[in-house]
Amino acid sequence: MSVETHPPTAAPPDPDTPEDRDGTAPRGWLARKGVGRETVTMLVVPPLLVALTFIGFVVWRQTAELDSVEANQLQWGTLRRLLLEHLQLTAVAAVIVVVISIPLGIALTRGGIKRAAPLVIGIANAGQAAPSVGLIVLLFLWLGGGFWTAIIGLSLYGILPVLRNTITGIQAVDPTLVEAARGVGMTSTETLRKIELPLAVPVIMAGVRTSLVLIAGTASLACFIDAGGLGEVLQTGITLFRFSLMVTGALLIALLALLIEWIGRLLELAYRPKGV
Amino acid sequence: MTTQDPTSTPADRSRDSDGRRISGVEIELTDVVKRYSGQKTPAVHSLSLTVPAGEVVMFIGPSGCGKTTSLKMINRLIEPTSGTITIDGQDIRGRDADELRRTIGYVIQGGSLFPHMTVADNIAVVPKLLKWSKQKTAERTEELLDLVGLDAGKYRDRYPRELSGGQQQRVGVARGLAADPPVVLMDEPFGAVDPITRQRLQDEMLGIQRELGKTIVCVTHDIDEAIKLGDRILIFSEGARIEQYDTPENILAAPANDFVADFVGAGSTLKQLSLARVNELQLGEWTTAQLGDDAADAVRRAEAAGQDCVVVLDDRKRPIAWPWLRRLRSQTRIDVPRREELVTLDRRATLNDALDTMLSSSHAAAIVTGDRDEYLGVVDFESVTQHIRAQEASAVEAQEARS
Repeated sequence: MSVETHPPTAAPPDPDTPEDRDGTAPRGWLARKGVGRETVTMLVVPPLLVALTFIGFVVWRQTAELDSVEANQLQWGTLRRLLLEHLQLTAVAAVIVVVISIPLGIALTRGGIKRAAPLVIGIANAGQAAPSVGLIVLLFLWLGGGFWTAIIGLSLYGILPVLRNTITGIQAVDPTLVEAARGVGMTSTETLRKIELPLAVPVIMAGVRTSLVLIAGTASLACFIDAGGLGEVLQTGITLFRFSLMVTGALLIALLALLIEWIGRLLELAYRPKGV
Repeated sequence: MTTQDPTSTPADRSRDSDGRRISGVEIELTDVVKRYSGQKTPAVHSLSLTVPAGEVVMFIGPSGCGKTTSLKMINRLIEPTSGTITIDGQDIRGRDADELRRTIGYVIQGGSLFPHMTVADNIAVVPKLLKWSKQKTAERTEELLDLVGLDAGKYRDRYPRELSGGQQQRVGVARGLAADPPVVLMDEPFGAVDPITRQRLQDEMLGIQRELGKTIVCVTHDIDEAIKLGDRILIFSEGARIEQYDTPENILAAPANDFVADFVGAGSTLKQLSLARVNELQLGEWTTAQLGDDAADAVRRAEAAGQDCVVVLDDRKRPIAWPWLRRLRSQTRIDVPRREELVTLDRRATLNDALDTMLSSSHAAAIVTGDRDEYLGVVDFESVTQHIRAQEASAVEAQEARS
């Protein structure tokens, strides 16, 4: 008979030990990616909330007694068109923001241009501080209305978070790691591509998420310059003083923003380098 | 080596006078100056020195003396203001800096592993830059993990944060050696780990160096480390001025000036402890038993030898525990848990390390292991003090003979 029992090991359990597989699959997967409880909550709660609220809205829409103006504006076909327009505005502006800000941000951490970084950030900050309605109206006076004017306005508005986070993300990479990379013979470009960018990705993606939400919210102003979007429901509600339209518009925009923020978090998680 | 051709060929050069394999090459610095703009005095003030092929040279000095700057000029992380540096006779400015660095190993404090890469990817960084084939890189990675004492199957796919400090440092050493560079630069390589781990890593490095014979330049702030690891020690003062550049024995026996004497420390006789290795001592015999052996038999043998504990070995003759007899008496078959805290002493460890280990164990003695952690014997306090007395006596004799 064995007298001694082996004490439990103090070392962290191997990823391949059976204890680890006992938990449910998604929890194990998230835990291994280093995702905390808070993040898990942020991933699960918003889509549930959005879904519940939307179901509530559908029930109300199908059962409420609406006058002709309301019924016309709240037709499912109209709402779908406005939602698609809104998504289109958001997506196109976001792509433009990413394509401009990330390379610009990288450039502003390299060599001699590095010194211009505070200046560029300052300008971007000032742009961000200007009221969004003002920016869009100014662009309207200058370029006329329509989809692309709205896109320019939204892109200008969304650049700052991505630009700032790209610069901070790269600057925050441990300088000894950069020196180690150069020390083992990576060129400056290889160091950027293999070390600095992968390690900066979480910070950059957080910027992209902020930017997405900002753009999705600001896109509700696009209707003022004939570029459509869910703002139209809100605007009609205000001009014709229909309370139901105002609430519907505000609600749908808020739900969309929450959903986009959630997608941003998923992207952040997907792009986070392993081991960090 | 039986014949010596006067025209030395690389094949001749590959072994030194003791027949040890040498894969390193000579490094020579001539009148190297580094002046930073806006500073009155140069950080490195006309440094000239030769690092012989296959030797370990330790750079040591007070902080800010320019030792790290001097090191980084060898792989052009810092460009000298003037002067020349040659490696194997070739001026390093004649080569592209990035390509030069791929042929020089670089090991940094704490390992500086890339956190988003697995252990294998970290080691493979330089082979990939040199465009080795996948298979060759993978084979080399296995080989190196084995060399630094990590189980490849277990650690290859782990990320750095899943490793202990000592393990990270081991991977850092493996990364530095990946492309088999003739020259390896180390910047306080073992500064970030605890003393026991540091001692282990130093012993392992000595073993690796014995096998490979690289030219190693290593910056340290620990004089005991310098004495233990260095074939030569270079003591710097402010501005990277050379105060003394000699073997540890000579520096301890005859410090060139007061600066060196102060730096090496007043207790130089005690520092000699860092020069003598455990394998120079007569190791004591101890009662050993294998896991699962008859406990009563082991107790009997230990009592016959007048000992109150038994060294328990595993099936590969590695010591795993050192239990007292009273514990074994209650067992029929020896069954002891593997004790993580069992600190053993490599046979290449210094007497200084041996005393450290004894102080931290409850036995006033330490288990000595050889290659692959195989059990060799036990060294006790008595034999260390005897060795010191013998050394002192012979030193006195030598002095009397001279006068």
